[in-house]
Amino acid sequence: MTHFYTKCFLIEQPDHFMIKIRVSNWQTVCKSTDISLREFGCEQNLLSRPDGSASFIQGDTSVLAGMYGPAEVKVSKEIYDRATLEVLIQPKVGLPSVRERSQEQCVRETCEASLLSFLHPRSSLTLILQVVHNDGSLLSCLLNAACMALMDAGLPMSCLFCGVTCAINSDGQIITDPTVAQEKESRAILTFAIDSTDHKVLMSSTQGSFSVYELQQCIAVCQKASEKIFLFYRDSVQRRYSKTL
Amino acid sequence: MKDTPLSNCERDFLLKAIEEKKRLDGRQTYDYRNIKITFGTDYGCCFVDLGKTRVMAQVSCELVAPKETRPNEGILFFNIELSPMASPAFEPGRQSELSVKLNRQLERCFRNSKCIDTESLCVVSGEKVWQIRVDVHTLNHDGNLMDAASIAAITALCHFRRPDVSIQGEEITVVSAQHSTVCLIYCTSNLDPCEREERVMDGLLMIAMNKHREICSIQSSGGIMLLKEQVLRCSKIASVKVSEITELISKALENDKKARKAGERCGFAESMPQERITALKMDETPVEMKNVTEKAEDIVKKYEAPPQSVPSPLVPAPGVGQVGQGQQNSWGLEEEDGESEEEEEMVVEDQPKNKLDQGECCK
Repeated sequence: MTHFYTKCFLIEQPDHFMIKIRVSNWQTVCKSTDISLREFGCEQNLLSRPDGSASFIQGDTSVLAGMYGPAEVKVSKEIYDRATLEVLIQPKVGLPSVRERSQEQCVRETCEASLLSFLHPRSSLTLILQVVHNDGSLLSCLLNAACMALMDAGLPMSCLFCGVTCAINSDGQIITDPTVAQEKESRAILTFAIDSTDHKVLMSSTQGSFSVYELQQCIAVCQKASEKIFLFYRDSVQRRYSKTL
Repeated sequence: MKDTPLSNCERDFLLKAIEEKKRLDGRQTYDYRNIKITFGTDYGCCFVDLGKTRVMAQVSCELVAPKETRPNEGILFFNIELSPMASPAFEPGRQSELSVKLNRQLERCFRNSKCIDTESLCVVSGEKVWQIRVDVHTLNHDGNLMDAASIAAITALCHFRRPDVSIQGEEITVVSAQHSTVCLIYCTSNLDPCEREERVMDGLLMIAMNKHREICSIQSSGGIMLLKEQVLRCSKIASVKVSEITELISKALENDKKARKAGERCGFAESMPQERITALKMDETPVEMKNVTEKAEDIVKKYEAPPQSVPSPLVPAPGVGQVGQGQQNSWGLEEEDGESEEEEEMVVEDQPKNKLDQGECCK
C-alpha cells in the first residue's frame, strides 16, 4: 500500500514560505542520474492459434501474450454497446492467485482506456499473458506485451500504451526497469502505464513509501523513458511491414 | 469462447485424404513434425515446439512432509495447464475432460514407469522429502499436446538442478532421471496428428516407451478395433521414433550445458530468432533526463497545498460528535414534506458518520 508522506500543512503560515521550505528539501532528496532501460526484445505473431500474439523481453524478464477477439461472448458477460475485455495472467509455477488478479485488473483498466471497444458491441476480447521469466519490472513487461499483442491482432485503439517501472532505493536514487535484486533493496516500486499521444499516465500501481515530490519525479522519469519504448514499437512494426530487412 | 466447428466438407476431405495416404501438410504417414527444444534462463524451464504446437514446462521443488503411506519417498506432482492461449476452446476454469485425460496420462506415464527415483528425493525419512512439481503450460494447440507435454516434462526434469540440502550446508546435484520416457501418439493410422486431423479421428492409440525399448504404458481410446498386427507395427515404429527423440533431447541438453559452462547468457531472450521480420531487439539505452527535476518541481508548485485546516469537531451532547454542518438539500425536490424528512434523515445519518470521523481525527 502506498503511504504519502506530506509535510505538515496545518501550520498557519503563508503559502510562499512553505514552498521555500519544500524547495530546499527537494534538491537534497532526489537525484536522478544514470537512468537506463535494459535490453529490449519483441517478437510478434509467433503463435498460430491466437488472433494476435507477441512476446516481450526486458533484460531477463519475458512475457508471452496471446489475444483472441473480437469473438462470441457469453450472454452473462455481454455488454450491449461495448466489447467485453477479459485479461488472464498465468504465473509460471502454481495456480493464479490474488497477486495475478490485481495485476489483471491493472492491465485490464489500461487496455480498456485505450481500446475503441465501442466498435465491437456484444463481443469478447480475451487477452492471455503467460509469465515466462520474472526478473523484475514484471507489470510493465506485461503491459508492453499486451500492447504489442493488441497491435498484432489489429484491434482498433485510440492510443498505444507502454509500461515503465521505476524503483526508489534507500538513498533516494531513482532506478528505471529494476531487476529482482534491485527491487528487493528499494523502498518503493512504482509502475506507470503511459499513453502514446499525450504521454499522460493511464494507470499507476505503487508499492512502498515515497513523498509527493518523488512521485512527480518518477512520473516525469517514466514519461521520458516511455518515449524510447514507443520508438521501439514503431521500429518493430516498421520492420515488419517493410519490404527489406 | 467457442471454437469454430469443423465443416462437413473439411471432414470428408481429410478422411478421404487419409485413406489415400496423403496428409494436409505433405507429411508421410509415419512422419513426425519438426521438434525444437529450447531452455529458459533458470534450470528446469524448457520450451518444446512440435511443428506449431508449443508447450512450456517448469520444474520447481519444495520441502514437504511425505505421504504417510510412503515415508521414504519423495512426491512428484504433474500439472498440465490448458491455457486459454492455446486454443479458444480452452476455458480458464479447469477440469475440462481433455485436461483431466492429459493429466492422468502424464502421471501414469511418468510415475508408474519409475523414471525418477523417488527414494533419492528423501531428506529425512518420515519428516522431510522433496516435492517436485512439474507445471506444463500449453501455449499453442496445433495437435498432439500429449507428445509435446511429455517431451517437455522429461526434458525439464533432466535439466533441473535440485538443491541438495544436508544439515551442514547446500550443494547442487542433478535430479537423477534414470531413463527418458517419451509418449507417442497415433491416431487411427497416422502418427503425430495435427489439430485438424485430431478432430476428425475416431480413435487414438498412445504408446509410452523408453529408450531401452520397454513399453511403459499403452492406451487406446475411442473404441476403435485394432488388430494385433497393427498394434505390433505401431510399437515397432514407436521404438524407432522414441530413440530419435531421446537422442534429440540429450543433444539439446548437451548444447545447453556447454553454453552455460562457457558463460553465455541462456534463456528465452537468446533463443529469439534475429533474422525474422517479426522480431526486433534493442540494446540497453540510457534515457535523457534533462528537464526532469524542473518539470517535477513545476507540477508540485502548480497544485495548491491541501486545505490547511480541518473544521474542528463539536460535541453537542456527550457521546455524539459533529464535524461540519449538514447542508441544504440540493436535489431540487419540490415537496416540502419530503425535504424536511430527508433533512432529518440526513442529520441522523450524519451523527454516526461524524463519530467515525472524530475517531479518525483522534488517532
